Amino acid sequence: MDYSNLKLVFRSLLARKGRSILTILGIIIGVAGVIIIIALGAGAKSLILGQITKLGSDLISVQPGKSNEKGPPAQVFGIVITTLIKEDAEALRSEVVHAKAVSAVATGSVSVTWGNRTIDTNLISTDSAYPNVISFDMESGQFFGTQQDNVVVLGSSVADLLFLGSDPLGKVIKVKSASQKEAGGVPLRIIGVVAERGASFFQDQDDQIFVPLAIGQQQILGIHYLNSINIKVDASENISRTVEDVERVLMQRHRIQNKVDADFTVRNIADAIDILSVITDALRLFLTSMAGIALIVGGIGILNIMMATVAERTREIGLRKAVGAKKSNILSQFLVEAGVLTLLGGIIGIIFGIIISFLITLLMRYLGYDWAFVVSLSSIALAIVVSILTGVIFGLYPALKASRLNPIDALRYE
Amino acid sequence: MALIKVKNLSKKYINDGVSTPVLHDISFEINKGEFVAIMGPSGSGKSTLMHILSFLDRLSSGTYEFEGKDTKDFDDDYLAVLRNESVGFVFQSFNLLARTTVLDNVKLPLVYSKKKDHDGLAKKALDSVGLSNRLDYFTNQISGGEKQRVAIARALVCNPEVIFADEPTGNLDSKSGSVVMQILQRLNDKGSTIILVTHETDTANYAKRIIRLKDGGIISDEKVSERTIGEIVK
Repeated sequence: MDYSNLKLVFRSLLARKGRSILTILGIIIGVAGVIIIIALGAGAKSLILGQITKLGSDLISVQPGKSNEKGPPAQVFGIVITTLIKEDAEALRSEVVHAKAVSAVATGSVSVTWGNRTIDTNLISTDSAYPNVISFDMESGQFFGTQQDNVVVLGSSVADLLFLGSDPLGKVIKVKSASQKEAGGVPLRIIGVVAERGASFFQDQDDQIFVPLAIGQQQILGIHYLNSINIKVDASENISRTVEDVERVLMQRHRIQNKVDADFTVRNIADAIDILSVITDALRLFLTSMAGIALIVGGIGILNIMMATVAERTREIGLRKAVGAKKSNILSQFLVEAGVLTLLGGIIGIIFGIIISFLITLLMRYLGYDWAFVVSLSSIALAIVVSILTGVIFGLYPALKASRLNPIDALRYE
Repeated sequence: MALIKVKNLSKKYINDGVSTPVLHDISFEINKGEFVAIMGPSGSGKSTLMHILSFLDRLSSGTYEFEGKDTKDFDDDYLAVLRNESVGFVFQSFNLLARTTVLDNVKLPLVYSKKKDHDGLAKKALDSVGLSNRLDYFTNQISGGEKQRVAIARALVCNPEVIFADEPTGNLDSKSGSVVMQILQRLNDKGSTIILVTHETDTANYAKRIIRLKDGGIISDEKVSERTIGEIVK
């Protein structure tokens, strides 16, 4: 490849700027897509793994209702299942050997009033073991103990919204279920505020209040069942054994003979990771195939413009052959031209991909997620290789056609 | 040894099963340093003959020896090497690359050769046709006569054995045409072999030998001096 030849390639592409850019649009979209998908995948993965390390992988969660091994729990679809109760949690606490801590949880939506300010938030009714299962720091005060009722612990954003910076400790707020129409509510004394936790699994962990189970279930929500029981296992090697123990205890209590008939689901964090991986993998496959289709469409654009270029430059090809170009010279010239065109598309696509990935990172961070900006060198290398390959594959036929032209016919071409 | 030796050369084109004979039974020799004009009315086969002689096309039957070697045995790549190293072309329609400078046009054959110092060789060739002052001009910025001189410089740049010129003055006014012919004559004086295809007598008169074709066959082949003497006697 001679320098003047490469110059000619650029000159011929520049002479048809508009057409060249339109032609490589498909490549730009495809490559930008690949970069964004890989960056998002890596960002999401680091986010989820980060949250899991925060939670600890030695966590087991029991949820009411039977569900598919890999599918989401029934609650996701709005189905209320009432089979899991406080006594189940107590039984697990006393009978499961490796359970370091067990906490029962009933959740619901509530309105919280202090003075003339009312806000809506999420209620977590639980017991004093909750901080032993899910670790978090306190900003002020403390979490409730076993003997306390009529007390409440606020999430940091609830405290901010309700008290606007003044100290909430010792104040009494009124809490009522969001579905309760009449005014009033249960008066509860604030004994602690949880430090800011950020979002986790797409839920704001600061937009919550915590109350003792009996108060929350009976006086506020008016229910008798639990939404989940969380168990901390003493060591990670005991997880699978503990899952079995939990299942055994609950089946006994619920008088269930066969595991397939169980009216509850036991999951550990590892399962949750698996489910998330299945979802993200499927999503990534889908998006990657979209990017692949864009690349194929872009490749057809390349095929099209290269065919037009060969037709337009038939006389030039004839001249080149007349002054000594071999078939291989012509073939490589047109392949290089297609390769340069798609490489250009690839580079523009990479730049767009990086910019868009960065904007997404900013957005996710703005939304409170600990999102990492990851554009790996391997994804850039992949994008470059794929874009050049697209050019070479789709440029091959036009280039072969050009190289096989008979010099005399080509020179006479009008 | 003759530079070019053709014997019983025939050429026919086959299109959609129909065979069209273009040249038949042509024999002649051309020696190094000759200036030969191939003349004839249109359709006489003169361009086809030139294309065969310059390795752009192949003959159908007969033999063509170049520098003593039968060209029948040459493959496509070797023909490309011959077109690059042994022959130079000047076309009626110039055939210069658009959007390209004069210098880069002249360098084009060097791209496919093993020669070094492309700039130096191209500048030397342009100097020999009096265009040293147009190196960086684009081909759309120069006149027709200058374009043909660029084409001659391009034909010269690899220092070929033969220069083939196909109606080199056909697209030029008479003044530019005579400048071009004088350049070819000067090259011949320095020892280059020139083979010219034309139907213009004025142009053919620069040659020292004229081969006349009609309907695909040679009707006369004479040295210009002989012809002139013959005409005087007549």
